[in-house]
Amino acid sequence: MAERETASSVPPKCGPYISSVTSRSMNLMIRGVVLFLIGVFLALVLNLLQIQRNVTLFPPDVIASIFSSAWWVPPCCGTASAVIGLLYPCIDRHLGEPHKFKREWSSVMRCVAVFVGINHASAKVDFDNNIQLSLTLAALSIGLWWTFDRSRSGFGLGVGIAFLATLVTQLLVYNGVYQYTSPDFLYVRSWLPCIFFAGGITMGNIGRQLAMI
Amino acid sequence: MTLTERLRDKISRAFYSHGLFCASYPIPIILFTGFCILACCYPLLKLPLPGTGPVEYTTPVKDYSPPLSDPDRQQKDRSEQPDWYVGAPVAYIQQIFVKSTVSPWHKNLLTVDVFRSPLSRVFQLVEEIRNHVLRDSSGTKSLEEVCLQVTDLLPGLKKLRNLLPEHGCLLLSPGNFWQNDQERFSADPDIIRTIHQHEPKTLQTSATLKDLLFGVPGKYSGMNLYTRKRMVSYTITLVFQNYHSRYLNSLRARLKLLHPSPNCSLQEENLVHVHFKEEIGIAELIPLVTTYIILFAYIYFSTRKIDMVKSKWGLALAAVVTVLSSLLMSVGLCTLFGLTPTLNGGEIFPYLVVVIGLENVLVLTKSVVSTPVDLEVKLRIAQGLSNESWSIMKNMATELGIILIGYFTLVPAIQEFCLFAVVGLVSDFFLQMLFFTTVLSIDIRRMELADLNKRLPPEVCLHPAKPAGRGHRYERQLAMRPSTPHTITLQPSSFRNLRLPKRLRVIYFLARTRLAQRLIMVGTVIWIGILVYTDPAGLRTYLTAQVTEQSPLGEAGLPPMPVPGGVLPAGDPKSTFSIFPPDASKLAENQTLPWESPEVQEPQDHLEGAPHSSLLDTGPAPEVTWGPEDEELWRKLSFRHWPSLFSYYNITLAKRYISLLPVIPVTLYLNPQEVQHQQEAPHYWPHKPPSSGTSQGEGQGKAFESPNRTHGHGDVTLYKVAALGLASGILLVLLLFCLYRVFCPKNYGQHGSSHGRRKRGDLPCDDYGYSPPETEIIPLVLRGHLMDIECLASDGMLLVSCCLVGQIRVWDAQTGDCLTLIPKQGLRRDSGGVFDSQESWEQLSDGGKGSPEELGDTPQLRRLLGPPQPPLFGDQPDLTCLIDTNFSEQTQIPPLESSQPEPRHRTGCRQPHDPPGYDFSRLVQRVYQEERLNPAPLPALGPPSPVPSFHCPEDEACSHREKGSPIPTWTPDTESSVWSLDLQGNLIVAGRSNGRLEVWDAIEGTLRCSNDEVTSGITALVFLNKRIVTARLSGSLDFFSLETLTVLSHLQFRGTPGRGSAPSSPVYSNSDTIICHLTHTVSCAHQKPITALKAAAGRVVTGSQDHTLRVYRLEDSCCLFTLQGHSGAITAVYIDQTMVLASGGQDGAICLWDVLTGSRVSHMFAHRGDVTSLTCTTSCIISSGLDDLISIWDRSTNIKLYSIQQDMGCGSSLGVISDNLLVTGGQGCVSFWDLNYGDLLQTVYLGKSSEAQPARQILVLDNAAVVCNFGSELSLVYVPSVLEKLD
Repeated sequence: MAERETASSVPPKCGPYISSVTSRSMNLMIRGVVLFLIGVFLALVLNLLQIQRNVTLFPPDVIASIFSSAWWVPPCCGTASAVIGLLYPCIDRHLGEPHKFKREWSSVMRCVAVFVGINHASAKVDFDNNIQLSLTLAALSIGLWWTFDRSRSGFGLGVGIAFLATLVTQLLVYNGVYQYTSPDFLYVRSWLPCIFFAGGITMGNIGRQLAMI
Repeated sequence: MTLTERLRDKISRAFYSHGLFCASYPIPIILFTGFCILACCYPLLKLPLPGTGPVEYTTPVKDYSPPLSDPDRQQKDRSEQPDWYVGAPVAYIQQIFVKSTVSPWHKNLLTVDVFRSPLSRVFQLVEEIRNHVLRDSSGTKSLEEVCLQVTDLLPGLKKLRNLLPEHGCLLLSPGNFWQNDQERFSADPDIIRTIHQHEPKTLQTSATLKDLLFGVPGKYSGMNLYTRKRMVSYTITLVFQNYHSRYLNSLRARLKLLHPSPNCSLQEENLVHVHFKEEIGIAELIPLVTTYIILFAYIYFSTRKIDMVKSKWGLALAAVVTVLSSLLMSVGLCTLFGLTPTLNGGEIFPYLVVVIGLENVLVLTKSVVSTPVDLEVKLRIAQGLSNESWSIMKNMATELGIILIGYFTLVPAIQEFCLFAVVGLVSDFFLQMLFFTTVLSIDIRRMELADLNKRLPPEVCLHPAKPAGRGHRYERQLAMRPSTPHTITLQPSSFRNLRLPKRLRVIYFLARTRLAQRLIMVGTVIWIGILVYTDPAGLRTYLTAQVTEQSPLGEAGLPPMPVPGGVLPAGDPKSTFSIFPPDASKLAENQTLPWESPEVQEPQDHLEGAPHSSLLDTGPAPEVTWGPEDEELWRKLSFRHWPSLFSYYNITLAKRYISLLPVIPVTLYLNPQEVQHQQEAPHYWPHKPPSSGTSQGEGQGKAFESPNRTHGHGDVTLYKVAALGLASGILLVLLLFCLYRVFCPKNYGQHGSSHGRRKRGDLPCDDYGYSPPETEIIPLVLRGHLMDIECLASDGMLLVSCCLVGQIRVWDAQTGDCLTLIPKQGLRRDSGGVFDSQESWEQLSDGGKGSPEELGDTPQLRRLLGPPQPPLFGDQPDLTCLIDTNFSEQTQIPPLESSQPEPRHRTGCRQPHDPPGYDFSRLVQRVYQEERLNPAPLPALGPPSPVPSFHCPEDEACSHREKGSPIPTWTPDTESSVWSLDLQGNLIVAGRSNGRLEVWDAIEGTLRCSNDEVTSGITALVFLNKRIVTARLSGSLDFFSLETLTVLSHLQFRGTPGRGSAPSSPVYSNSDTIICHLTHTVSCAHQKPITALKAAAGRVVTGSQDHTLRVYRLEDSCCLFTLQGHSGAITAVYIDQTMVLASGGQDGAICLWDVLTGSRVSHMFAHRGDVTSLTCTTSCIISSGLDDLISIWDRSTNIKLYSIQQDMGCGSSLGVISDNLLVTGGQGCVSFWDLNYGDLLQTVYLGKSSEAQPARQILVLDNAAVVCNFGSELSLVYVPSVLEKLD
């Protein structure tokens, strides 16, 4: 990143400068697209998990609904993940503290696996009550952050994302776009912020790793 | 010693001894571990095989009553009942199995007659069954009352609406094809077509309509034109809601009465309950597959990090085996202790693997391979283990803690998961310690052996991590090298910049790892696996059958019961076991029933009217036999048969069961008359059946001509599909191959050989299909030294070199001109002593013509008062300076050297137009000075320090001079050779082998001061901010400070209008007197000679042969830290302004240190052999070693990014131009590399003459020029401007 900035601070003479700029924006775009695709994919998969357990209610015909009536969910998630994934390295750069903790693909994969596992648990494990479920998931999410991120900026951004996303979901449900079967936190499930937090951390992790290629 | 430290010590010691143990007895330990794994996995055998195949349970018909829905009531026999056998089944299924044949067969009959008439009987049978009413004491029961009433079909099954019953009893028979209407049947011109019209065109695993209605598998139905058996089987399937034994019995008795099956040996005793598991739908499958994909990616990325071992694959496999078998052991142990897994094993498995992780294994590997190679394998393993013991234990404790926390969530599922994870972690630890460590020791030993073999010719000693193929490539490159001399390959960086943005790197990453191919391969394998597994005739049913047979409950259902002889009055007991005995024709006589045989015999005789009717009857006489296999014929149906039937009516069988009642056998013998009667219908195929025997060949021929549509329908479809699939697969492969060739024209697998000059390590990302344009860069060759150059120093503007004889030359780094020449020590020393600071002496370089005389001549003396005046010497011929001389040299050097001026090479001191300070007679003057002004004490010299700064051993000098001129030998004076050199401003500091420190003026060539207080040779010195630190052979460290007597206002900027550039370094003006005094001495800095000395950021770092480094503060020479961690002498040290300290030692290791705390940040095993030089950029560490390898490491992760194979003897020649540009020396060339990508950007060959010589040293100047040391020559290479623009 640092050398890129120095490159652009060189007075614009000729080709190399422009090319570095185009390749930079190109690179940004590629990263965005990759993150978008990952987000869409994860949204589809995790939605399937939720739908199996009838946590969220979409109009019937499970498989068909994923691609028809709820078509807007995966693109939204994809866009969000692209934004998050680009935001994390950007914030790292602005804070001047490059993220150095466990910067390896294997660790990123582990992070994604744990994230899917958290979703799995939220969808499939039978808990006695919602508070227990939410607390467990919150602990898992914090554990995810501690294991794979450990940066204050990551935590702050994750919390912000969780808050925003929950707010948006509340608004959506309030306006009747879809609904949860058994809402226990206003209109949504109380574990939703935890999932969003974990998702933010995960996408940030992927984004940071992509920024390093 | 705190508790943790003691614990740590203990743990580390335990691991050490354990490592020794493992490495000592590898084979027994591996065997023991394998035994342990098997023992722990043994309980797994009791678990049912995975799969969703149905499970069966058999109960006798007698006294059957549906199980109660309350399981507690049945505690007494819970042990033998499966836990799903609770409550009433979804349905009872009664199959009435009809076998019918036309008997005897007549040659006039057509093939369709085989099944037309038998099928026509189904309508009567169905009627019979529908109308069956049980009348007994309790009243009447009709079928409608007991059968399963179905409602609508699912909306998606409109086309089956006419075929499957709706709104009534679920009764299936082949008659449904014709809506149970005999009229329709007789009007049907093509029965077989009707039957097959709903067959799916593709391979399908679920039940087909034909199977559903016939109730028997397709190939047993006999609905085939070319069957030779001439027997048709089908079932009428009745589905009952309740079990009404009396009704069923009456139905059975009624049917048996109407259509007796004489030789039936069916037991009819058992009810089979079939339990169906939950079907895995696509919705469940997608997340599952995703988690597995993530798991594989994780494993892939983890094992990719295994490096520097003999067999990467082997170790990766061992790592995976470790994790997997630890999981198996965990499940096995849990089962052993009575915990039955309730979780879906397939679902939680990836998470378990991820939780347990491969990290420990990798950490172990890394730690072991980074131990010094020269140790014994045992010790290496032990050391590696003990190094990482603490972190391993800590990690394990943390994980166990987290999991235990999870255990206390009191959610059963999570508790179970945690239990598995805990046991898995512990067994994983066990396996790591025993299995993996041992495997690692074997691997390391193999590597050592391989290395030993490789070492024999030292020049092919390659990096151990390289696979053999790459090694070959390198050798080939080296061999190819001479064939392409003087080619300068330039890849303009701007172009490169365009071509290699990160997006391309992603694509290249994909291409490099062949991700797409691998994914396709994996996908294909998985697809085939799924096909094999789920195919009705495939593994799954086989497994299910296996499970069923294995289970003690299922066994009861399949007893091969011998047939009681009494049941069959005329039957051959033996025949009951074979459906179609080969000698059936003979048996036919025996087995036909007495009461039926007259009927049969009679028409046969009547029709044939010939005694040899048996000859015409080519096929064996069809004989209906009933064996035990008929009882279980539904087993041969697809396991989805019943679920799909019920799913048509929106009834799910998942997690429920159905009960199959014993079949009711019905045997129909049709006599040919009946058949003949039916044959009247006009629309039959005219052919005779192939088996009718009139002419065998003709029949065969017709068989082939006949419409082949229905021939062996099921099987042929299968084969057709298989053939088509194979063909399309081949086509696809070809297509992909073509695409691959088109898109990847370069065989990137072997790009190393296509480009002779590529020598890169692990990150191939070049050769993307364009050849770099060739440009020529001719370096400036600086000639003048007669011996090999030993020391080089530069401050960007000036370049100082010193050769073995002690001759120091000062060059202008921009133009390559020799500015000053300080001759060898002997001369200099005497002249230096008498120095008047106002004066400057310069060596006289005599012209070619004048030199012989002048040499013998008395030295021309000249005293300069004030700055040198070039005009004075303008009359000197230009050629003079071409001679490379000092006094003693001139005798030896013939003028022919000077008469050989190469146009591009600047030799010696040529330019008279150059800045002041060019005074050719200076040296002469010096000699003069020496004689005349020697005794004159320096007036300005009031030494404030106790150090006597100057002295002048004249006698020695004189003798030296006298001796010097005639002596032609150039053996360097060991006593006084320059061992170290530094340059700052215009001052040269030289450290000599006799311990003398000298400060010279670079421009004037005058000795400004000297110090020879200590006689131990100066091995290294640092000149920084008026401070000089010298390291001596004795291990002591001296701190000097330079003081000028005049104040700093005299500082002026060097540089005259004649020079284009404006250097900004302060210069010690000639008018100042410089005093060098010893401020501090650390007499015993190290036990052994100091080999490396670097200073930056106010710190001085020394590295010594005593394996330690020390950090001193520059101001007060206070020792801050002693850094221990190397296991060999320190050979290279790097420190920069950002307080990054790196050190390399003879053990081939690189250590990174935190200068603020003195702690070791990381330790990498980098090279085999000494680390010869070390430098860092903001993102990476670059090291070179005696193995002629330059390795580039990521500074934050300490992962080796790649390595560059260097030419022999050029191992340590490297320099960093910018953060992105690395320059390395080669055999007569220098190469520029892109540090980030590891790409070779350009190679510059430096003239023919230097081709043979390796570049020993590379010095990067500030103005992006590179100085290479080729023996006695220096080459000044300007980095191509295009390279500078690289971002």
